[in-house]
Amino acid sequence: MAMKGSSPMLEVRGIHGYYGQAHILSDVSLTVAKGEIVVLVGRNGAGKSTTIKSIMGMVRVTAGSIAYQGEEILGEPSHRIARRGLGYVPEERRVFTRLTVQENLDCGRQPPREGTRHWTADDLFDLFPNLAEARRRLAGTLSGGEQQMLTIARTLMGNPGCILLDEPSEGLAPVVVEQIIKVVQQIKAQGIPVLLSEQNLYFAALVSDRAYVIETGRIRYEGAMAELEHNEEVRQQYLAV
Amino acid sequence: MGVYLVQFLSGLASASALFLAASGLSIIFGVTRVVNFAHGSFYMLGAYFGYSLVHRLGGGAIGFWVALLLASVAVGLVGLLVETVILRRLYKAPELFQLIATFGVILIVQDAVFWAWGAENLLGPRAPGLTGIVRIFDVPMPLYELALIAIGPLVLLALWMLFNRTRWGILVRAATEDREMVGALGVNQSLLFTGVFVLGSMLAGLGGAVQLPKGDANLLMDFGILAEVFVVTVVGGMGSILGAFLAAVLISELNTFGILVWPNGTLVLMFILMAVILVIRPTGLLGRPETIGHKTETGASQVVLPAGPHYKIFVALVLAALLLAPLAVDSFILVLVTDILVLALFATSLHFLMSTGGLVSFGHAAFYGGGAYAAALLVTYAATPFELALLLAPLGGGLLALVVGWFCVRLSGVYFAMLTLAFAQVAWSIVFQWSEVTNGDDGLLGIWPAAWASGTVVFYYVALAVAAAGIFLIRRVVFAPFGYGLRATRDSMLRAAAIGIDIKRQQLAAFVFAGAMAGLAGGLFAFSKGSVFPDEMSIPRSFDALLMVLLGGLQSLSGPVVGAAAFTWLHDELISFEYWRLLVGLAIVALVLLFPQGLGGAARHHLGRHLKLEASPGTLQGTAPGKEQQA
Repeated sequence: MAMKGSSPMLEVRGIHGYYGQAHILSDVSLTVAKGEIVVLVGRNGAGKSTTIKSIMGMVRVTAGSIAYQGEEILGEPSHRIARRGLGYVPEERRVFTRLTVQENLDCGRQPPREGTRHWTADDLFDLFPNLAEARRRLAGTLSGGEQQMLTIARTLMGNPGCILLDEPSEGLAPVVVEQIIKVVQQIKAQGIPVLLSEQNLYFAALVSDRAYVIETGRIRYEGAMAELEHNEEVRQQYLAV
Repeated sequence: MGVYLVQFLSGLASASALFLAASGLSIIFGVTRVVNFAHGSFYMLGAYFGYSLVHRLGGGAIGFWVALLLASVAVGLVGLLVETVILRRLYKAPELFQLIATFGVILIVQDAVFWAWGAENLLGPRAPGLTGIVRIFDVPMPLYELALIAIGPLVLLALWMLFNRTRWGILVRAATEDREMVGALGVNQSLLFTGVFVLGSMLAGLGGAVQLPKGDANLLMDFGILAEVFVVTVVGGMGSILGAFLAAVLISELNTFGILVWPNGTLVLMFILMAVILVIRPTGLLGRPETIGHKTETGASQVVLPAGPHYKIFVALVLAALLLAPLAVDSFILVLVTDILVLALFATSLHFLMSTGGLVSFGHAAFYGGGAYAAALLVTYAATPFELALLLAPLGGGLLALVVGWFCVRLSGVYFAMLTLAFAQVAWSIVFQWSEVTNGDDGLLGIWPAAWASGTVVFYYVALAVAAAGIFLIRRVVFAPFGYGLRATRDSMLRAAAIGIDIKRQQLAAFVFAGAMAGLAGGLFAFSKGSVFPDEMSIPRSFDALLMVLLGGLQSLSGPVVGAAAFTWLHDELISFEYWRLLVGLAIVALVLLFPQGLGGAARHHLGRHLKLEASPGTLQGTAPGKEQQA
């Protein structure tokens, strides 16, 4: 494995997650090391988003442990988890549609954090020139791609030490997906680790170091991204539609 | 000319206090999704605090305004207490429980105010420096009213600055859209909720305080302003502060000019205005369209099942016991049981509307009182015989429900609930004020049953027969195709509409049926007491019904009967205390916090499966509507 002995940034051990009474996750374990981009791939409904929401304290987890920077975070409310430096970019974008772009960014603002980059709104407008032009527009009037950029930028405003990126390419045109790939690569260049959930294997392969394959709430495979790309059997069994 | 101008300005002055209260309600609802029924109580507290503080701080102009602001802060502290002690524990419970808890707060505040300030109306102090009048085209205009006119727009501006220019305000707006996401960005939702609740409470308190020099502080303010605030919110559009301002102005102007044109008809005018606006714009002047409700306000429901064999035996035993009761108990108990029977029918009719129809009405007493008044008016003015009057009572309740429901079913969720409350308050006011016909507060007396039924025992049997028949009819409807369609509509309006159910007509029919059954209970009540008073239509009576339903638990069809019995017993035990409202209020809050399933629900949860109280679930189990899953 690509962990090289250093303690992981994020370590999930044997969690079971529930929506109401429905048992969604069984014994899910994964790790994300410093500077690493890890992808969680799986079909629709396999449990990718639930895993990410479990880490953020948004889903009921009954067993296991979740450690961020070596400290247990399981059971904490999500705002406290976010304040520890875990940045969450939700699926389906979830921008605040009736707030302007600038106001959306203000919502994500957190004090500077040791050991990770401090982002200002101007930094982010450099990174996302489209948003700079739209800073006074209501987020609800942006295109899907722009909204996805905005959610990423909003999370970066919290100066995260690690980012959970949930299905960023979902429902976006290929040209926009290319842009998102560039953004993820830039985040990686800053040394910020990312746990990415993706259905799009092409996207995953371009940015990820390692991969976990999840199906019906269980981790079925883990390994280097390059290995998964060449493992026809796993791809057929768990990812082919 | 001058008269009209001054009248117009006077309307603007009244609008200010109303706007302050309504904006507070809107802000609280927007973020916490709690319709704060205690909002009227906060308004009332603002007036009382203001009264005492103005007297304490002396006669100077600075002292006066400081006193009003301190009154607002004091109400904010009360809000802080209510939010942190009660509501914070209930945000995850169904909306209904939060509403009931705030109703408990209303009762507690009523008695606390009564204890601290007494029952007398306290005439508001004059504002130092603003006691004079100015003449506008020779018509006198109190100076203080001009100050009031300025306060409304000033607060509007301050709120606009707060919500658009401060990070806190921006976070509040964000939370109005997506609370969970705001939390995931590192914002402590609890603190945000508390802050919003305190702000809303302070606005209500300020509203109550600033109207003092124009009016007074009295114990009826809480429900009076609550209904007006609901009308303002529904007309202005929920969550829109500017809309609340416009609606407050519109309604206050309507009131001030209405008095000139039609002194006794202002309530009717308000009713017409509300009706017109809702027909043209169901979301109110500046409201946004609601997303059609996928979830019910009453929480995830289980499928109700037909009675199982043991349950039928149980019901037969209870009925047998009731039939034999006159042999075993004295007439005092028999009267008490008669009360329980009447209330059981009333509560069951509301339970039907809520659990089967998914429609939470906060004004159900309008139809109970409607039936009672229908019977009493028929007896008083048409010398209608007892039997016919009792038969026509449900018609009275049903007709009233048809009119009210025609408007209400256009809305859903809390808007529906608020509108039912507003209409019920209008109905109460009409009965209260139209003393030529209804005899106002003195009520209609001498509404006795026919000679053959006037004995305690015989009337007990009449009540038993009518209540049992009514309850069985309601039960029958739940398991009729109409009931199935209604449950489908409750669980998913979109899907029900897609399979060809006319959902609005269906809901209206349910509303009218529930109203008719409540009217039947009301008719029975009128004859059991020999009199009817406006209290039977009042908001507290509506809440009694809600309380019975919740005491019994929403999930079981027999819940309201249990709830009515528990309620009557509780009421009977507590009424002898001077501060019974306080006790009832505390009991409500405690019950909601301890048993969010209701007493019946809790008992059923522990016993039901063992005692086979319902038919075998069989394949029905798999179709239980849960929350929509998203994986």
